[in-house]
Amino acid sequence: MMPQFDLYQPDTLDSALELTAQLGADGWIVGGGQDSWDWLKNRIRRTQAVVDLSGVAALKGVREHDGGIAIGALTTLTEVQEDPLVRERFGLLASAAGRVASPQIRNAGTLGGNISQDTRCWYYRDGVNCYRAGGNTCYADTPQGQNREHAIFGASRCVAVTPSDTANALAALDATMVVARKGGERVLPAAKYFVGPAVNIERMTALQPGEILVEVRIPATWSGAQFYFEKVADRATFDFALLSIAAAFRMDGERIGAARLVLGAAACVPWRLEAVERALAGRPRDATSADEVATLASASAVTLGFNGYKVPLMENLIRRAVRGGG
Amino acid sequence: MALKHLGQDFIPHDVVAKVTGEAKFAEDFRVDGMVFARLLSCPYPHARVRGIDLSEAAKVPGYVGVLLPEDVTNPPAPEIPLLATEPGYVGAPILLLAAENETAAQDALDKVKVDYEPLPFHVDPVASLHPDRPNARSDGNVGASGVDFQTLKWTAADFDDAGSRMPMGAPAQEWTYGDVEAGFAQAKLVLDETFVHASNSHHSMEPRSAMAYWQNGKCIVHVSSQSQSYIQPALAGMIGIPSEDLVVIAEYCGGGFGSKGGAYALQALPALLSKKIGRPVMMRVSRAEEYYHGSARLGFQGQVKLGFAEDGKLLAADLYVVQENGACNSFWDFRNAADALSIMYQPGAMRWRGVPVHANTPIRSAQRGPGYNQMHHIMEPLLDKAARQLNIDRLAIRTLNGPGLTAQYGPRRAPVSSCYMKEALDKGAGIFGWQQRMARNGQRQGSKVTAIAVGQAYHPAGFTGFDGLLRILPSGKVHIHTGVGNLGTFSHSSTSRIAAEVLMVDWQDVVIERGDSRRHLPWNIGQFGSNTNFTMARTNYVAAMDALAKLKEIAARQFGGSPDGYDIDGRRVFRKGNPAQGLSYAQAAQRAIVLGGKYDGHELPQDVNAMTKLSATALAGTGLIGVAKDNLPTTGAAAAFAAAFVEIELDVETGRYDIIEYVGVADCGTVIHPAGLETQIKSGAVQGFGIAGLERIVYDPQNGLPASVGFHQAKPPTYADVAQRYRVAAVDLPDPSSPLGTKGIGEPLLGCAGAAVLCAISEALGGHVFNRTPVVPDMILNHLAGRPPAHGPLQVNCQ
Repeated sequence: MMPQFDLYQPDTLDSALELTAQLGADGWIVGGGQDSWDWLKNRIRRTQAVVDLSGVAALKGVREHDGGIAIGALTTLTEVQEDPLVRERFGLLASAAGRVASPQIRNAGTLGGNISQDTRCWYYRDGVNCYRAGGNTCYADTPQGQNREHAIFGASRCVAVTPSDTANALAALDATMVVARKGGERVLPAAKYFVGPAVNIERMTALQPGEILVEVRIPATWSGAQFYFEKVADRATFDFALLSIAAAFRMDGERIGAARLVLGAAACVPWRLEAVERALAGRPRDATSADEVATLASASAVTLGFNGYKVPLMENLIRRAVRGGG
Repeated sequence: MALKHLGQDFIPHDVVAKVTGEAKFAEDFRVDGMVFARLLSCPYPHARVRGIDLSEAAKVPGYVGVLLPEDVTNPPAPEIPLLATEPGYVGAPILLLAAENETAAQDALDKVKVDYEPLPFHVDPVASLHPDRPNARSDGNVGASGVDFQTLKWTAADFDDAGSRMPMGAPAQEWTYGDVEAGFAQAKLVLDETFVHASNSHHSMEPRSAMAYWQNGKCIVHVSSQSQSYIQPALAGMIGIPSEDLVVIAEYCGGGFGSKGGAYALQALPALLSKKIGRPVMMRVSRAEEYYHGSARLGFQGQVKLGFAEDGKLLAADLYVVQENGACNSFWDFRNAADALSIMYQPGAMRWRGVPVHANTPIRSAQRGPGYNQMHHIMEPLLDKAARQLNIDRLAIRTLNGPGLTAQYGPRRAPVSSCYMKEALDKGAGIFGWQQRMARNGQRQGSKVTAIAVGQAYHPAGFTGFDGLLRILPSGKVHIHTGVGNLGTFSHSSTSRIAAEVLMVDWQDVVIERGDSRRHLPWNIGQFGSNTNFTMARTNYVAAMDALAKLKEIAARQFGGSPDGYDIDGRRVFRKGNPAQGLSYAQAAQRAIVLGGKYDGHELPQDVNAMTKLSATALAGTGLIGVAKDNLPTTGAAAAFAAAFVEIELDVETGRYDIIEYVGVADCGTVIHPAGLETQIKSGAVQGFGIAGLERIVYDPQNGLPASVGFHQAKPPTYADVAQRYRVAAVDLPDPSSPLGTKGIGEPLLGCAGAAVLCAISEALGGHVFNRTPVVPDMILNHLAGRPPAHGPLQVNCQ
């Protein structure tokens, strides 16, 4: 039962930024609402005011930008999945968008929301006073913690993971996030936009009160490259990833010139496998290479009581990404 | 008699209402002056309520009133309390608060201050039997129907000596037949395995919202129920009024799967609050709250020892089941499990022991195949394991051990009315192409391994002794009054067609009276336990036979001769050999009213239930009344059997699998409604797929918090997780104890599918048996990677 709040529905970006500037931390920005409404209906979080961006047309759509493309943050995941430009140049993102949740959620959920949503750690979502909620403990990182979905990389007191399917695809594509505020904007690479618990344990992104993610830009760097996206979840749809991989390969003849491999649901942020990327440079994209690099990231994984399976799963997904399938 | 309805498809009247949205569920109703109420749920897994402070809540604009624990009469422990003072799980209802609108109700609820004293708790039944571990309740830890509520602890030595087996101290209940030890001594192969079967939420699509008000001395409740007449006395008892003063409206039910079979506390609470505040009360339940209040299947921990002869015959079985009750009294799955093993595999000798243990988890209740399906999920992969070790075909070992017409079950070796399990296996194997497909079993393409498997399941299939009631009106229409309820299987209509068959009327001349106790319904058992097609076939048959006798008597009175000299057809009763001499049903109904007495319901059989008498009396004088109690003989307990065949492709790199094809075959007696049967076979399979490989029910052992309080967390199957192709069939051989041969089937259709998938996973992994349900991708991945499982062998309510 959602509590009462003031609802603002601006129809221009300027008025939206004016509102978010006025409201600051008292304002809650809603795009598709697929994350927000849960928080508010369950009354785990409350807000004085909601700024509904769905009426801001400028935040929607895909356009050419500097040789690459720019995607409005309010573009729905279905629109991203089906957009000809995205499919032609950055099929990796189209594939990832097509694996988010369910068709109904993709029709309502937005790209900006998908990459900016909060973690799905069930303890945190249940409202416990954990580190991420401002407390001083992690309920998942304990000997009896139920942490099957939690992090194997990058934990720092909090072991929650990013639930986004598109974030690691965008990270693999060297995308940047355009964050606007009243009177200005900043453009952040994925490594800066997504923040882990060591940087800010209470937030998943660099967004500050008053700021709005307005656009995602994908440079031409990986346009037309070879891509691989796979998400492994318990269910075939309407589920969050147990682990996902987004990979891009720029081929130099028969050999890999450059590679990007980024895991989802492995860490609080999209997790780049840089050692694997380096090792792949100059190798053919085949099963032998796949086997040779598959375990390079494993030693640095830190497993919890119930998530050790993510290590062999990661190795298999690396193999499949390099091979190009199962 | 040439049949015109049985075996024919028809469109049940409620289908149209559901498709068009005209169907009104409990929360769709509104009445003048209605307030909204919200439940306050306990945040602790076990606590004592020391005080409730409403002072701030009462100040919230719109606040109307509250129902407190002291306002209700709770049943004796360990029954489910209406409102708890010693809540035993996170989510237990403490109070119900009403306000002018739902937002105000929740705002006020947020201001209620409850002083809780947290108490020790646990979420692991076996571990809790250790003498040093806490109990889930302060007043006892073990009990079930048929087992006195008590404190039962095993000894520390029971745990210390267990080794790799489950600790097995004193059971709460046990039985034995035959010489079990002799059976094991003769066995060529002995399997001795621990097992775990998870609890599974019911995931009812319609949360158990309810609305109630009082009018002219009656209490009117709109509830979500899979049963109609059956819940009336118990619900009236909860509300504290005579059954005849309660009006139950439950025309549609958005899923129950057993959890809405009997009366439950949330049906009564709005009525009690309405009485206190003098306003109609609507209580809506959220999806998350449904996972608190909606109950779950009872989980199992256990040990099973099986002794097989060289030819695969099961010589002896020794089964020990520890059942997770949840915090309150629940069901007797642990006993049903023993029946399932004994009937399906016909062991030469068997011992069963069981302990039903309370845990600090939400209430448990019967779920589609309670105990039976868990047992088949456990046993079928072990049967395959034995077949592999004895080098026997997996289908052949089932045929060898499977029950036939002389099947017996339980310690009394009781007979069943019919059993065509082997015929179901034969039919399924033919449709599936078992032998041909065996050629590709185990083949690997890329990372995918193909596996084929077979599964079986059993469930009781009917009861006796309930009442039938129908009327033939002066309009000529036949009104069939059915109190069975509406689980969503259309059985209210399909079983009414038995009466239409007897009276030889077309379906458009039949009116089904149901869904509202003001429609004067007979005493019927609820729609659960796969009983309806047997139980209601018998009640509708006896009511129709009573009406038929009365039709003939009325005609004989009019035209002379013996009633035996009359026949019916075309809604007429007429003299044999002289069809012109007769009455239409309309005329006969009019004559019945004139004659009165037994003909129009003014005189009733003595042996029908008081509810039936009340209903028939209310209908007296409206037409020709057919009313009778089912006193028909039986040849044994009604029993339903089902076989499943499945082909999967398991990806050894992801731990996931696709279900390529599913073949389901039902031993359901004579098929009453083909489309309904097909839907049941498929939907049972879907539920089985979920329980076998997807569904999750997780509680943190440190704080008792539930992790699975939404569809995305509890993971029932989606449309993308089910079989890519289905084929369905029925043995279609009549049950001799059912007037027209029909019997129930709903529940084993889940168990055979779940068992088949579990067997297929095992087959794809070269015969590895997890002894655990569900089998989820992380378990498969750990196994394939040579890693130890993340869970202990008997660990429950975990990942």
